[in-house]
Amino acid sequence: MNLEKVIFAFFSILALTLNYGFFIGELDDPTHHNVYELFAALVVSLIATIMKFGDRAHIGALLLATSLVADLQLIAAAMVWGYVVYVAELPLEPSVMSSIVSLSGGALLANLTSVILLVVESVTFRR
Amino acid sequence: MHNVISLVLRRMRLPLIILISTYAISVLGMTLIPGIDDQGNPWHMDFFHAIYFVSFLGSTIGFGEIPYAFTGAQRMWTTFTIYAAVVSWLYAIGSILTVIQDQGLRRVLAFQSFARQVRRLQEPFYILCGYGDASRLLVRELSERRIHCVVVEKHREKIEELAVEDLPDYVPGLSEDATNSDTLIAAGLNRPNCRGVIALTGDDHSNLTIAITSKLLAPDVQVICQSDSKDSAANMDSFGTDHIIDPFEIFASRFAMMFHSPSMYLVYEWMTAVYGSPLSDFQRPPTGTWVLCGFGRLGKAVREYITIEGVKTRLIEADTEATGAPPDTIKGRGTEANTLLEADIQNAVGVIAGTDNDSNNLSILITARYLNPGLFTVARQNHQKKDPIFKAADIGMIMQPGTIVSQYILGLILAPLLGDFFRLTRDRNEEWANVLVSRIAGVVGEVTPETWELKISPRQAPAVFDCLIRQHKVRLKDICSYPKNRSELLPCVPLLIKRDGASLLLPDMEDCLQSGDQILFCGRQESTYQIRYIVNDHQALDYIQTGIDRPGGSVWRWMTSAQ
Repeated sequence: MNLEKVIFAFFSILALTLNYGFFIGELDDPTHHNVYELFAALVVSLIATIMKFGDRAHIGALLLATSLVADLQLIAAAMVWGYVVYVAELPLEPSVMSSIVSLSGGALLANLTSVILLVVESVTFRR
Repeated sequence: MHNVISLVLRRMRLPLIILISTYAISVLGMTLIPGIDDQGNPWHMDFFHAIYFVSFLGSTIGFGEIPYAFTGAQRMWTTFTIYAAVVSWLYAIGSILTVIQDQGLRRVLAFQSFARQVRRLQEPFYILCGYGDASRLLVRELSERRIHCVVVEKHREKIEELAVEDLPDYVPGLSEDATNSDTLIAAGLNRPNCRGVIALTGDDHSNLTIAITSKLLAPDVQVICQSDSKDSAANMDSFGTDHIIDPFEIFASRFAMMFHSPSMYLVYEWMTAVYGSPLSDFQRPPTGTWVLCGFGRLGKAVREYITIEGVKTRLIEADTEATGAPPDTIKGRGTEANTLLEADIQNAVGVIAGTDNDSNNLSILITARYLNPGLFTVARQNHQKKDPIFKAADIGMIMQPGTIVSQYILGLILAPLLGDFFRLTRDRNEEWANVLVSRIAGVVGEVTPETWELKISPRQAPAVFDCLIRQHKVRLKDICSYPKNRSELLPCVPLLIKRDGASLLLPDMEDCLQSGDQILFCGRQESTYQIRYIVNDHQALDYIQTGIDRPGGSVWRWMTSAQ
């Protein structure tokens, strides 16, 4: 029972689930997408990325790459939201909301790939 | 490089996680806790402003409470944020500093930086293993002549000494074990421009390992080793080490030469000594009985050689069993008067202090001189650092293993023909040596001459080569005269011409040169520059040969030919 592997998997899957939770719902309806969930998804995604640092194996490099992609997309989504509402001070129109949710959709795919790689690594692990 | 980055990243995981978590919790708290605006209505901070606020809070800038004054709850949360954020930052920065200073990381970085510097070397270079006295002198001499070298030495302090030495040319240094093949490869053993590996680690076994590794990994690279015992010398010779240097043998054979042929000794000494040092004087050590203190490597070698010269020796040795001293050896160190008296120092003509302890050697000589003021004194100086006291002791001859080794190797590197020269001069007699010595002294005056080589090839001597191709004769005199004053010869003496495998000793100035000749010169350093100029410049050579200043440019030539 390897505690490090438990925590590693926990954060990876938590990132995926929070991301999915934010993404799901109508694409352009702001009431379906809670900002707190985006925040939680971003923070947990960052933590999951940090946990993947320092692994020299090939599959470790792939895991880190997918995590970084997910981070990038979520940060982009947050920045679009922050810019439109607080800098340009425009109302949260459906077009803007759909951009934000699309970006988080991209992050969702990256997180999904990350979890799949994690599963693959666990299955092929020979003891 | 990537493994260094992954090392750093792995150590930074926990600090970064703590930092992100602290910021995340603080931001979340700021958005959840309600504030009261100037009308008394509750308001919630949005994420954008929460991130803004926590950012300037965490970096201890602290602009102020935005947009309205905070409620008590908000202020309590802010206080918690301040301490959490600042402590997290300190922890993260502290971790980075610890990682950077980590010894393992620094070793990896130093190794990679060294390997990179070696890869950047385009010109021929030598690998020196070990940074003792001999290496230090050799590095300085090579560096002054702009010959590149890299140093590998196991002890970190010695590499640090290398870093602070004021050398004209940059010498990369690495503190790793040179017997490791990875280290030698990083030092450039397999590079095409590696000219040689010089093993001067001070430990015979390490030198042997380095020699074997070099010969196996790079058979074409020259290997020069120092060996302190006949066994390891034979061992090194067996797998083809190019040059094996035993400083004690070298000294002993030259010292013995002084008894029957002091001029010949001077020839050897002048050819290998460091350029610019004062010219060593003619000395003839007296034949008679000599007292040898210390039957180590120096004692054994000297006794062997001077006994052949007919000199009687009396030995003093502290540890007679370990050194295998003959039965009539007097037991003792020789530093006290009674041991020396027992060895009949008052009737001896010379004393050799050959122990491996500098203070003992000095003590032996001072005591011996007190008992017999007319003694010829010879001392072994083990460490270069003791130079001032040995100089002050006014000793007849000082033997420094480090100096002997470095000068010998320098000779091998700068003028490989010296080997041929010495082989040929071995059969000459004292009168011949006398004549040579006066000729050289007449040319160089008071300082030790520089020895150098010249090859008549298109690359090294294009002007001469050109003339020879055109069937014009070029005499030795033509390249050894002043370009500005062709009737005056340069202060140099051509010692040897190697032509088609045969060597011509002390060629005459009227001798003609042929292409492919390798000439060994000795003389003042200015001659090296002058000769190099003459053999490269057609006009200069032409002027010396004919005395007419021919025009150089094509336009002028066309004009003068048209007239």
